[in-house]
Amino acid sequence: MRLAFVWQASSRAKGEGQLKRIIVHEEYCIGCRLCEVHCLVQHSQSHDIIKAFKVEQPRVMPRVTVEESGPLSFALQCRQCLEPSCLEACISGAMHRDERTGAVICDESLCVGCWMCIMVCPVGAIQRNLTGTRIASKCDLCYGADMPACVAHCPNEALTYEEISL
Amino acid sequence: MKIVIIGNSAAAVGAIESLRQHDQEAQILVISEEPHMIYSRPLLSHYLAGEIDKTRLAYRHADFYARHHVQAVLSSRVVAIEPQAKRVHTESGRTYPYDKLLICTGGTPIVPPIPGLAMQGVFSFTRLDDAQGILHYLGSVPVRRAVVVGGGMIGLKTTDALMKRRIAVTMVELAPRILSAALDETASRMMTNLLCKAGAEVITEETVTAVHGDGGRIGAVELRSGRVIPCELLIFGIGVRPNAALAKEAGIMVNRGIVVDEHMRTSAPDVYAAGDVAEAYDLVVDMNRIVAIWPNAYRQGTIAGANMVGVPRTDRGGLAMNTLEVCGVPAMSIGNGNASGDDLEILAELEERQNRYKRLVLQDGRLIGAILVGNIDRAGIYTGLIRNKLHIGTSSARNTDWRRSLMSEHFGLLSLPDAYRKHIVTGAGIEV
Repeated sequence: MRLAFVWQASSRAKGEGQLKRIIVHEEYCIGCRLCEVHCLVQHSQSHDIIKAFKVEQPRVMPRVTVEESGPLSFALQCRQCLEPSCLEACISGAMHRDERTGAVICDESLCVGCWMCIMVCPVGAIQRNLTGTRIASKCDLCYGADMPACVAHCPNEALTYEEISL
Repeated sequence: MKIVIIGNSAAAVGAIESLRQHDQEAQILVISEEPHMIYSRPLLSHYLAGEIDKTRLAYRHADFYARHHVQAVLSSRVVAIEPQAKRVHTESGRTYPYDKLLICTGGTPIVPPIPGLAMQGVFSFTRLDDAQGILHYLGSVPVRRAVVVGGGMIGLKTTDALMKRRIAVTMVELAPRILSAALDETASRMMTNLLCKAGAEVITEETVTAVHGDGGRIGAVELRSGRVIPCELLIFGIGVRPNAALAKEAGIMVNRGIVVDEHMRTSAPDVYAAGDVAEAYDLVVDMNRIVAIWPNAYRQGTIAGANMVGVPRTDRGGLAMNTLEVCGVPAMSIGNGNASGDDLEILAELEERQNRYKRLVLQDGRLIGAILVGNIDRAGIYTGLIRNKLHIGTSSARNTDWRRSLMSEHFGLLSLPDAYRKHIVTGAGIEV
C-alpha cells in the first residue's frame, strides 16, 4: 500500500490546468516534526531558524501540525478543500481563494479572530494565533512555491506534492 | 439571461460568486435598500467596539461588482414582486424584469412596542447605519451607562463591544438565562459570571416596558418590575424577524420565512431565496427552519446561484452554530449543544475555575451537538462528525477507543476511525 490516505488538497499550479496536492503518507511519517520547524521558518520574517524561534514577535506558528499517538503519526495541514467551509464561514472576507495560486489562504490583515473557521474546518487545520493581533493561522501552500517547505524538508517522503488531474 | 438579486449581504455575495463561476454571460442586477457597498454585519460589533475601522467592514474588495459584472442599484427598496409577469417594482417606481430572481432580504430587528422609543439614544443594532448612529451618538453625548435588551448572540456581542468602550452595561433578558438558544445552563452561567466579573449587570426574566427621558433624550428605562435603570443609551438586540412580507404578498409560500427546497427554490417558478429570510433544511433537527447565521447565508447563496444558471447543486442542509467571546474566553455552540432529554447521552467535563467546559450531545450513537468553552481548538472536527452523522456507538455498546477519545484534550484526526479519516480527507477523483 503506497498511500495510507490522500488529502483532497488542491492548488492550481502556476499557468497549468492541473491541481497540485500535498499528499500525506502516514506510514512513512516518523514524527520528526521537521515539517513544523521548516514551516515556521518559512513563515517567519527573518527566515532564520534561531531568530524565528527565539526572537520574533508576534510569535510565528507552524501551519502544519504533527499528530502522534503511539507508533502512528502524520503531518496535517489545510486540505485546500474545493468547497471550503472556512471560506463560507468567514465573516470578514479574510479567508479567500488566491487567484494566482488557487490556494485557500487567510488575509491576516483582514482577520478579526472570530474563530468561525476553526469551528467549521472538518480536519481541524486552522489554529489561533494570539501572540499579535488575533488571527487565524493556516497553510498557504507557501504562496505558490514550487514545493511547500514542509514537503521539501520531509526526510522520509511522508509528505509529497503531486499533480493529480480531477 | 437576466438575474435579479434583492439584498446585498452574505447570500447575495455567495450567489454572485457561484453564478460567475458557472456563467459569464448572465446579466446580474443587485437591488439593495441600504446605500452601502457589501459589508459584514457580524463585524459591526467589532466596529462598535473600536477594534476595526469602517474600511475593514468591507466583506469584499471595492471592485467586487465591477469584476463580477454586477449592476448594483443601491438605496432602492423593492415593494412588489410579480412572479407571473416575472418582474419586480421598486419604491421609486422603477420596474425590473427577471428570468431568475433571488430573494435574500434578511431580517428586521425586533423592537417591542413600548413608550419612548422615538427618544434620542434608542437604537437597534443590525445594520451599518445603526452602528454609525450609535457611534455618532457616543461622540456627541457622554454615555456612562447603557442597557442592552436581549441576552442572545446579538445582545451579547453588543454588550461586549460597549464594555470595550468602557461603558457600564446592564443586559436585560426575558428568558431565565442568557444565550439559552445556544448554551446549556452551565455554559450560560459561566458566560454570565464572566460578564458580571467584568462589571456588567445581567438581569433575567425581565423586560423593558418604557423609556424615560428629558428633552427628547433617554435618561432611564423602566423594567416590568417597576425598577428604573438610569442610562444614556438603550440598544435592542433581541433578534430579527425575516423580511418575508414581499414574498408573501406575491403569493410565494411563507411559513416563518420563505420556504425553500434543497435547491433554494421557492414555491414560485424561477424564484429562489437564501439567507436569514429563507426557511431551509437544518440537518440536525431534520426539518426546515430559519438558522440566521452568516455561513448558512453564504452557502445557500452559492447553491441558489448555481441552480439559477442551470448547474444543479443540492444543499445538504445547514446547522445552527456560532462562536462568541466574553472577556477573552472563547466559546462555541454547534448544533444541538444545549439539548437534554432521556433519549440523549451527554458527555460533559467542567473545569469552572479555568473557564473550561466541554459538552457533547449524542443521540442514537451519533453526535448532534457540542458546546465548547475555553478550549475551542479543532472544534471543526466535531462539526464534521455532526454534519456527516457518523455512528459513534452508544454507551451500552462496547466502548471503542475513539469514542472515549471524544472528550480527550488531545482529540484529533488520529482519534477517528481510519475509514472516516479517509472519508473526510479524500476529494473527488483521488484513489485511496
